[in-house]
Amino acid sequence: MSQPADRGAPPAPSPDTAHNWRGVATEDTEELSVGAGVFLRDRSRRLLGELLSPHRRALWGLLSVITGQNIAWLAGPFLIGVGIDVAVPALIDGDAGPLAWVTGAMLAAAAVDTVLRFVFLSWSGRIGQAVLLRLRRRVFTHVQRLPLSFHERYTSGKTISRLTSDVEAIEELFDEGLDNLVTAVFSVLTIGVVLVVLDPPLGVVALLGFPALFWVARWFQRNSTAAYRRTRQTIAALIVQFTETFGGIRAVQAFRREPRNDELYAVLNEDNRQAHDRAFWLIAVFIPAVTLIGNLVTVAVLGYGALRVMDGALAVGTLVSFLLYLRRFFDPLQDVAMFYNSYQSATAALEKLSGVLEEVPTVPEPTDPVPLPEARGELVFDGMRFGYTDRVVLPLLDLHVPAGQTVALVGATGAGKSTLARLAARFYDPTTGAVRLDGVPLTLLSDADLRRAVVMVTQESFLFSGTVADNIAFGRPGAGRAEIEAAARAIGAHEFIAALPAGYDTDVSKRGGRLSAGQRQLVSFARAFLADPAVLILDEATSSLDVPSERLVQHALQTLLADRTALIIAHRLSTVEIADRALVMADGLIVEDGSPAELVAGTGRFADLHRAWADSLV
Amino acid sequence: MDTTPHPAPPDDRGRLAALLRLWPFTRPYRGLVALTFTAALLATLTQLAVPLLTAAVVDGPIAAGDRSGLLPLLALALLFGVAEAALFFLRRWAMNRSSLRIERDLRDALYQRLQRLPVAFHDRWGSGQLLSRATTDISTVRRFVGFAAVFLAVNLITCVVVLVLLLVTYWPLGLAVLVTTVPLTFLGLRWERRYNIQSRQVQDQQGELTTDVEEAVQGIRVVKALGRSGLVFDRYDAKATVLRRMQLERVRTLALLWCIFELHPQVTLAVILVGGAVAVNTGALTVGGLVGFVALFTVLLWPILSLGFLFAFAQETASACDRIGELLDEPVTVTDRPGVRSAAIGTPARLRLEGVGFAYPGSADPVLSGIDLDVAPGETVALVGATGSGKTTLTALVGRLYDVTAGRVTLDGVDVRDLPLAQLRSVVSTAFEDATLFSMSVRENVTLGRTDATDAEVDEALRVAQAEFVHDLPWGLATRIGEQGLSLSGGQRQRLALARAVLGRPSVLILDDPLSALDVHTEALVEQALRKVLAETTALVVAHRPSTVLLADRVALLSGGRITAIGRHSDLLAEVPEYRDLLAQDSELADAGFAEVAS
Ligand SMILES: Nc1ncnc2c1ncn2[C@@H]1O[C@H](COP(=O)(O)OP(=O)(O)OP(=O)(O)O)[C@@H](O)[C@H]1O
Ligand SMILES: Nc1ncnc2c1ncn2[C@@H]1O[C@H](COP(=O)(O)OP(=O)(O)OP(=O)(O)O)[C@@H](O)[C@H]1O
Ligand SMILES: [Mg+2]
Ligand SMILES: [Mg+2]
Repeated sequence: MSQPADRGAPPAPSPDTAHNWRGVATEDTEELSVGAGVFLRDRSRRLLGELLSPHRRALWGLLSVITGQNIAWLAGPFLIGVGIDVAVPALIDGDAGPLAWVTGAMLAAAAVDTVLRFVFLSWSGRIGQAVLLRLRRRVFTHVQRLPLSFHERYTSGKTISRLTSDVEAIEELFDEGLDNLVTAVFSVLTIGVVLVVLDPPLGVVALLGFPALFWVARWFQRNSTAAYRRTRQTIAALIVQFTETFGGIRAVQAFRREPRNDELYAVLNEDNRQAHDRAFWLIAVFIPAVTLIGNLVTVAVLGYGALRVMDGALAVGTLVSFLLYLRRFFDPLQDVAMFYNSYQSATAALEKLSGVLEEVPTVPEPTDPVPLPEARGELVFDGMRFGYTDRVVLPLLDLHVPAGQTVALVGATGAGKSTLARLAARFYDPTTGAVRLDGVPLTLLSDADLRRAVVMVTQESFLFSGTVADNIAFGRPGAGRAEIEAAARAIGAHEFIAALPAGYDTDVSKRGGRLSAGQRQLVSFARAFLADPAVLILDEATSSLDVPSERLVQHALQTLLADRTALIIAHRLSTVEIADRALVMADGLIVEDGSPAELVAGTGRFADLHRAWADSLV
Repeated sequence: MDTTPHPAPPDDRGRLAALLRLWPFTRPYRGLVALTFTAALLATLTQLAVPLLTAAVVDGPIAAGDRSGLLPLLALALLFGVAEAALFFLRRWAMNRSSLRIERDLRDALYQRLQRLPVAFHDRWGSGQLLSRATTDISTVRRFVGFAAVFLAVNLITCVVVLVLLLVTYWPLGLAVLVTTVPLTFLGLRWERRYNIQSRQVQDQQGELTTDVEEAVQGIRVVKALGRSGLVFDRYDAKATVLRRMQLERVRTLALLWCIFELHPQVTLAVILVGGAVAVNTGALTVGGLVGFVALFTVLLWPILSLGFLFAFAQETASACDRIGELLDEPVTVTDRPGVRSAAIGTPARLRLEGVGFAYPGSADPVLSGIDLDVAPGETVALVGATGSGKTTLTALVGRLYDVTAGRVTLDGVDVRDLPLAQLRSVVSTAFEDATLFSMSVRENVTLGRTDATDAEVDEALRVAQAEFVHDLPWGLATRIGEQGLSLSGGQRQRLALARAVLGRPSVLILDDPLSALDVHTEALVEQALRKVLAETTALVVAHRPSTVLLADRVALLSGGRITAIGRHSDLLAEVPEYRDLLAQDSELADAGFAEVAS
């Protein structure tokens, strides 16, 4: 299936009409290399196989149900034929018996058909939904396990499109496709047999259509693979633009971005239309071609059959049944065609999904973790080097933080403070060297142990939709209301929370939009406070607070941090006061290290910073 | 955690109305839709030709043993067969053209509408719900328009035509067939109603699930920092499981519907056989007639069978239309008043708030009330207040992200609501407290709404914000910054947002805590550069720190939703205890070597 046509998949969407508004990034090249058609197909087929494998037995069961149903369904035309050939003459001869029999059989067949059909539909629905749930779970869990570097590269919009529109494409396959396929393939096979059995010469004429059918199907398959692959890309591009626009709607409106966004979205939307248009055009040719073949065969059968009837080699009733069967033979073929269509679309989606599933969690949990039930909190950075891309951010870092020490980290913006913090929380793994907690490299700790021991309050205070209490409890699921309140009280958030319309049960809306920036920070602080870790990392956790609130938080910290290791990043040196030790970072290196008082007294950067800060005060 | 309102599905009359909402969107493509419909109808009618010709062959040439009579009939059958395929192609071609374009237009329209809905609306709606409407629901509509709508009409027509033909062929038997459709309709309608409710539930739940995915992905840092993937997964899983249950209920109803429509033609066929046999017996019908009758009826098999599914699809589309309609119907409350004309707004402009009050929608307590503030052209006023006192809210009123609920805001004496929004938002420029960047090139982020900005202007803005670090990025200004700017450091993000705000020298500049993420040195540099900009523009600066306050000529203290004091920094510091408490950074924690702070 590795036609050159597949390789030459259309280039990634390039909606830049006038400007390259999206900008350049390293991952673009990866996106373009989606050309290894065979590999992708195999990978997605493997995934489909894996998803279906727990249902292997159920699928056999389904097959037997559908067999029964088809037999019942096929009995219809046969019985009508019998009725016309046997029961009607018998009735004319005064014998109503055969007619009664035939009618009874028809009704019974109809009843069996209906019941089995119901069983089939609800059963296959159940299997389909089970597969989807499993797929959803699997992709979701995997995405959660993937490192931040993946998420930064992939963007949330694309991940969302994988978990929504791609999963829905597969759902469609199960919803309509599977049913169509099984029924159709089965009817085609059985009717094929019946046709040949009913009257072999006519059957052979009917089967002459096959090579043509095969040829058409192959043409469709060759061309549609690339076409459907492209539709998955264009819809994802739409979703990315959509989520970003409405995630930043304030800026969009305040800066009158709407007209430009309209333009960009229209281009992406038109791209998406064209991609679908191409795919649908292929079906528009494919299905009529199947019909045409069917009709030609029917005419041939009618002509040949009529001649044979005239020669007395065939009964009229048989010819009629034969034609009826022929119709039932070609109608399902259209279903097969439709199935093929949803199948191609689902495979394209599966390709994308299997791509995500194939992403290696480069910051993996160890298979054989070193247990660390009770961390003391000694943190060591040992010959560590790190860069997000090829550019090195932290060239070489050696740092020993004894358990229980509170370390303040200061330095110019972009110096690498947050980066250091992220490495301590194992958002990333260092390129070389190691980070050790109580002598154990972070890479050897289980996720549960690590997260219990090390908690970080990030620079961005993201809240989840849900109540204030839910959000604080995020720090320790299962915490009671009293504990939640205690945490809020400790950092001085209780007053404002209590003043909210529903107190702790107030819904914070999407991303905590119901709260002010400072309030959001307090809530994320309370969240970390409740988590109660051995090592607490605060990345500018109080930057949006007013001075009195900040002071309250510091009070809380003093008690909280008494027996804990802490890494506090702050630009306001007031926050640094409570530290035992201060580090100054510049260009990824630690350039000063000492107690705050020592450093202030010296002549280095810290003293400089401190002077500037003191001058900035009233 | 159901963040968005879900109205109950409306009654049956509402269903049709919901579908009719689509009508305007079909306007440019009505010719194509008509073509689709005609082609489909003709194709279906040509299908009738085969059974009729079969009957003709049986009764004519075969009965008469007339070989030469066979040929014309076969030629006719061939003609119809080819025509059918050609019509199929035509139908699909026209259908793709129209339905994909209708889908595109609808999606564009929805996006454009959503962009213009007020911020208050977006506060309320989970973005997952919006997304699932813009993708899944609109695709449902496309499939309906492109497939189900046409077939619903065609199949109904086919049924009627065939029934008439059946009645003509032999009316007593035709009548019998007609009678059998009565229970079918009755049962069908019952299940349809149930299906309708279920499909709406499924769609809403899909939206909820999308919201969850979005949060889990965008909040991945917090999830990882606290090691809560388990919790997040459980939440998602619970919703996904509910979705599965709802889907299964829906599938069950669909299966029932399907079965009724599958059972019906078969039972009818038995009825036809009995009736037909009796008729042949009495001589009222020939055998050929019966064969033709049966063949004709088999044409109805698929139309009847599909009706159940098509009706269900129509229901699903109606609820999708409802869901889309809910968004299209949302009033754009923050918009141009009729007949607004742009007014001359000076640079710098005079900004006045007169008796301004504001309460968030759905909340009874106003956040702000009786705010009077007069900012002279070129003046800079700092807004100081405790966390959650309403500073950000106040700044949002100037650019009409929200409209005041009392009083008015004026620029050079003109109420901001009497200015065209486009003009207002071009003279007012804001740096938000969170940077709000997009995964686009640096340049696009900085110019955002002003794509016509020159390179010189961009460089100037970057210089003021001390954001020249962007030149060191791998592709300079063309580098794409990660989503929400997360591939930059906190201070880098904030400076880009600042550059964006000062770009093009706005008449009114609003800076919401613009220096919170900067170190002292950078802060000093930015302040220095910013002073020149502030001298030429009217500015409101939200400040938590004394250093930021010093940028301002006057300071307003916001407390309890009112401005309780206004004046020069040093005066307020001396006279207003509350102000002193808020800003004086003296710390009882300081040891001797630390901070010898003025008090
Ligand atoms: N996810 C990322 N991908 C690529 N580069 C990054 C990423 N995050 C940060 N950087 C770059 O690494 C450098 C160090 O960033 P870091 O966030 O550690 O700075 P910082 O010291 O925390 O600064 P600030 O005080 O402004 O928060 C910066 O030049 C930044 O642009
Ligand atoms: N969308 C909203 N709906 C209802 N109430 C809100 C909404 N946004 C903010 N609030 C409430 O309005 C009050 C003022 O919020 P605002 O964001 O204006 O505070 P702020 O002064 O800017 O605080 P900060 O210094 O923390 O940024 C807060 O108590 C907040 O809880
Ligand atoms: Mg940082
Ligand atoms: Mg604020």
